[in-house]
Amino acid sequence: MPIKAIKEFFRNFTELPKALRQSVVRHDKPTSDRARSQIIFGNIFLHILSTRTHRYSLKKTFTLGLGVMAVSSFIILLVTGILLMIYYKPSVEMAYDSIKDIHFVVPGGRFIRNVHRWATNVMIVTVFLHMARVFYTAAYKKGRAFNWVLGIILLVLTLLLGFTGYLLPWDQLAYWAITIATNIAASTRELTDVLNMTSYCDPGGFIKVLLLGSEHIGEEALIRFYWLHCIILPLALIVVLAVHLWRIRKDGGLARPDKLTEKELEGTPKDALSDKVFDYAPEKTYGLMCLVKGKSPAVSRGPEQTVSSWPHLVVRLMAVFMMTYAFICLYAFFFNAPLKELANPSVPENPAKAPWYFLGLQELVSYSAFMGGVGIPTLALLGLAFIPYLDRENQEIGRWFDSKEGKRAALFSFIFASLMTIGMLALTVKLGWLRNWFPHIPQIVITFINPGTILVLAFIIWSFYWMGKDNSTRMAALALFTCFLVAFVILTYFAIYHRGPNWEFYWLKSQWPTH
Amino acid sequence: MSPSAEKGLACKPNIGLNKKISRRDFLELSAVWACATAWVLTVIGLLKFPKPALLPDISNKFKIGKPEDFPVGSAKILADKNTVIFRDEEGLFALSLVCTHLGCIVSKTSEGFSCPCHGSKYDKKGNVVKGPAPRALDWFEISQLPSGKLVVDAGKRVPVGKKYTV
Repeated sequence: MPIKAIKEFFRNFTELPKALRQSVVRHDKPTSDRARSQIIFGNIFLHILSTRTHRYSLKKTFTLGLGVMAVSSFIILLVTGILLMIYYKPSVEMAYDSIKDIHFVVPGGRFIRNVHRWATNVMIVTVFLHMARVFYTAAYKKGRAFNWVLGIILLVLTLLLGFTGYLLPWDQLAYWAITIATNIAASTRELTDVLNMTSYCDPGGFIKVLLLGSEHIGEEALIRFYWLHCIILPLALIVVLAVHLWRIRKDGGLARPDKLTEKELEGTPKDALSDKVFDYAPEKTYGLMCLVKGKSPAVSRGPEQTVSSWPHLVVRLMAVFMMTYAFICLYAFFFNAPLKELANPSVPENPAKAPWYFLGLQELVSYSAFMGGVGIPTLALLGLAFIPYLDRENQEIGRWFDSKEGKRAALFSFIFASLMTIGMLALTVKLGWLRNWFPHIPQIVITFINPGTILVLAFIIWSFYWMGKDNSTRMAALALFTCFLVAFVILTYFAIYHRGPNWEFYWLKSQWPTH
Repeated sequence: MSPSAEKGLACKPNIGLNKKISRRDFLELSAVWACATAWVLTVIGLLKFPKPALLPDISNKFKIGKPEDFPVGSAKILADKNTVIFRDEEGLFALSLVCTHLGCIVSKTSEGFSCPCHGSKYDKKGNVVKGPAPRALDWFEISQLPSGKLVVDAGKRVPVGKKYTV
């Protein structure tokens, strides 16, 4: 009689749920430090975190959770975007109607589209703020230079995702924003026309045709933007993001000062091992010490000040995600994503405004298409990307504005840039620019001498002034970064609220002429 | 790697700095570079794929009717072509209504043309008077078919002021 096998079968059968669970989750309940570590390194998604996290990295006022907010909104964008793809039809005849269907017919469609739209804004804002946080805490130093470059690439990818998504509804807003943007790409002609070489060397025109698949915005353009928005750019962003996050670990976690006072760690969690001083070398390790950069494990060096990532870090990540999620959902519940009339290629919107995150550039573009749309942004992005290579000063990292001197440089630059930018805008609005004074002035002069280029020049001079004054490249970088950030914010604000029909200046939207 | 840099390492790096390359290393390097070259060439080849070999746009040429349809002093706007046809004592001329700044459609005013997007203004001949537009509005070539019908070629620019005498 095969009694033994039958018994065993029934036992296995009753223990099936337990065995199944143990085969998936291969660690005990998180009651010991070992099990808590296992949760982290035994999970493919969590093991991008280290098993123990420094207390300073969990300090709320240090990171403000900005990077996590950006990733959270990206996850929300992925999910809602994939859902929207079910109903969206990328064709000139059907795109607009399919968006209307999503808005009015599809159950929950309006909400999903709203979430997708507003999550974009949250992502862009948090990406910018995250960049500012990393810059102002000097977190691009000490081996983190390339991760900063990856961050700049992620910023560009984020903006491109926003931009390509803008065309898809095929409404007036979309059509004219993309017309302006693709003509900005082609604005290198402003330069090549003067040199009389446009007919055989037209890089901007080439990019425009590559983007649009045509000279004009039509079916080809829509399908290309759809392709970029749904496949190429998200894929690129996910790959770069993975490397970005992985490198945080490889670079030794978030930036933090070498010496921390107890006051600076106030309000951060603590566990039994946080204050432990390891005064013995481990008996057995699997370290690859000859390949790893930085210092070896602490032996007789004072407390490590770390806490177990499970639960301290994971709970905080989840909290930031839930906050972002709740905020976007609430916003999407009360405010609808805009949808104008069907695209009409012979009647432009007036004013035709790009998405808000490009409006600072659009203000610059209204002085010179090439400088405002290609020259200055390229310069700014390259400048940003090379900051860690041009400023390699050895200093304490991980503190907002470094020191008293840093705070002063940032504050003075803030005041300087605000005055310069507002002054320049007032001057331009009140008096106009070169062409109003000298009607026959050649275009090339305006291309190189306009309010935008003068601002940039002033900022560069200001930055060199600080470099000399404090004899420090970091202070020069602080000054320059602050100037660009302030100018970007003011220009964006100005173009959103004070530019009306025909790009004229208005104090209030209610003063716009009605037609 | 310099000897001083090697000193700081617990394990000696296993990279020889032989001036002479062995046959095995040479073959290995050749294989690696052959792969790299193949990939780079593939990518360059694939990049040609998204560049449209043939633009899907409709022809730039369009018929606008006979000269008699355009009485002296008239200005006819062809909205679907974003073009305006003028006729004066000297002849006919066709102006593009696409702003040379960033491609918005200009509207005709009593003094000339104005663009809604960034406030560029042009005079009646399309010359820039104000705003960020880098050059005058395009003047298109006009020709006449044997049948007497006029044809505008929006793909061919003529110098500002060159009118078609009928």
